[in-house]
Amino acid sequence: MLKRLIFIAVIVLTGQVVSNPYYLQVLTFIGINTLLALGLNMVMGYAGQISLGHAAFYGLGAYTSSLLTIHLNWSPWLALPFTLVFVGLIAFIVALPMLRLSGYYLGMGTLAFGMIVFFIFLQWRSLTGGDSGLIGIPGLTLGPISFEFGAPPFYLVWSAVFLSFVVCERLIDSRIGRALRSLHDSEKASAAMGINTSRLKVQVFVFGGVMAALAGFLYAHLITFISPQTFDFLMSVKIVTMVVIGGMASVWGSLLGAALLTLLPEWLHVFADYEMIIYGLTLVVIMIFLPQGLTRGLLDSYEHFRSRSKNLPKSHES
Amino acid sequence: MLRLRNVKCFYGRIQAISGVSLSVRQGEIIALIGANGAGKSTLLQTVSGLLSGWEGEIEFEKVSLAGLKPPEIVQRGISLVPEGRMLFPPMSVLDNLKLGAYIRYRRKEREQVEKDLEEIQDLFPVLRERFRQAAGTLSGGEQQMLAIGRALMARPRLLLLDEPAMGLAPFMVQLIMETLQKLKEDGMTILLVEQNARAALQIADRGYVLENGRIVLDGPAHELLADEEVKRAYLGKDYREFTDGRM
Repeated sequence: MLKRLIFIAVIVLTGQVVSNPYYLQVLTFIGINTLLALGLNMVMGYAGQISLGHAAFYGLGAYTSSLLTIHLNWSPWLALPFTLVFVGLIAFIVALPMLRLSGYYLGMGTLAFGMIVFFIFLQWRSLTGGDSGLIGIPGLTLGPISFEFGAPPFYLVWSAVFLSFVVCERLIDSRIGRALRSLHDSEKASAAMGINTSRLKVQVFVFGGVMAALAGFLYAHLITFISPQTFDFLMSVKIVTMVVIGGMASVWGSLLGAALLTLLPEWLHVFADYEMIIYGLTLVVIMIFLPQGLTRGLLDSYEHFRSRSKNLPKSHES
Repeated sequence: MLRLRNVKCFYGRIQAISGVSLSVRQGEIIALIGANGAGKSTLLQTVSGLLSGWEGEIEFEKVSLAGLKPPEIVQRGISLVPEGRMLFPPMSVLDNLKLGAYIRYRRKEREQVEKDLEEIQDLFPVLRERFRQAAGTLSGGEQQMLAIGRALMARPRLLLLDEPAMGLAPFMVQLIMETLQKLKEDGMTILLVEQNARAALQIADRGYVLENGRIVLDGPAHELLADEEVKRAYLGKDYREFTDGRM
């Protein structure tokens, strides 16, 4: 509970203190990416099912809601539940055959799914606008508040992040969470516990997909412009990287990973031509020195430090 | 309680069990012994639903288990302690035990589950000390206890154990076997697969000897203990291997 209050306090404080629109936008993006990473972390970090096509659900969420609001003149708030259900349904249909695969094959399958969706965005010009994307997506408003500029989008996205954190943490601490982690260790053993492994895998996949759709919805209506490149294969890889760098099977790791991978390119702009090299190097160095990801790595070094300072006199004797 | 009639198991096209019949009565400990590759584990995995490629009849409490998946079989009251324990190593002892009770949380038996957690700790006091520790950090014997405790958390009426003595020190083997006897006294029915035939037969009521996918011998445990054939199987050597080509 205390943790949650602190989290809210940090969000509110940040929103109050930061006034530079550029910083606010970066923070908003961190929030959207956190939603993506968190959803994938449930699938990959907890349940151990690799997905290299997570950006597809992100894109499907963005496109579905955009099309509904542009072509059918729906209010975005009406489009939201429909989008989540629709993308959830697609995730369900995809998951049924896909999650019979495992390991590399599941990776290949989800990769192919991501590509198919990307090419649909790109090639179905009459609907998606193809390469040039969709413009004129209505922004979000709530009564007198417009979520187009400044602090409101920041608050909106981070409220969503906060809610997802609460939902995910509750889920992880429940029997479902234990079952997910057991799936990660050994599918056979969890089946022997009486866990319906195939159903659980489909459920968590759909859950991750719906979270990505929520991120897509927010992205589309806050930026009011989308194009296929945002949801390509590289984005899927980026989400996987966020999860791995941040820390598998860690809710806070998703936040750390998303923050780092959003901020790093912004910080590295100063290096101009060398930007990508340093970006890659940073990730490699993190993986070498903190192979468990930032969260686990930081916690471990903290514990290591604590036990060392406690045991220091003893270790001298021996 | 459990009855197998002419059960044949397949891995794809390979037949691992060719027509096994056996029965387990309420309150018995049945030992199923045999050498490596005889099909003991296959048989247990079939009963617990982990292997679906089988023919014949398997009945539990007079109801067929055909076509049932592991979750449904656990629901009916059969729990497996798998070969090699198959714990969830990064998870705590407590979480492992709670996973064992997975099906019961759905049935809203929360309070009873808490009581059972206590009971398991009374049965295996070591686990109490290690409650928050990751299961992977336990010793082999402790892990085996945890695996048994985890299976018990589902409140089975029939407990299947796949080589619980594997890789354990003699002292530990004895402890595990004594625990099984204690469970039997409390009314549990047990089907025990073991390579350590002596240990298994010492606590069993009846035994079956499995060889190359067939039951070659069965009878009361004390008779099997004295049987020459069993001594041969217990050594894990097939003497045809030695005599083939020479006789």
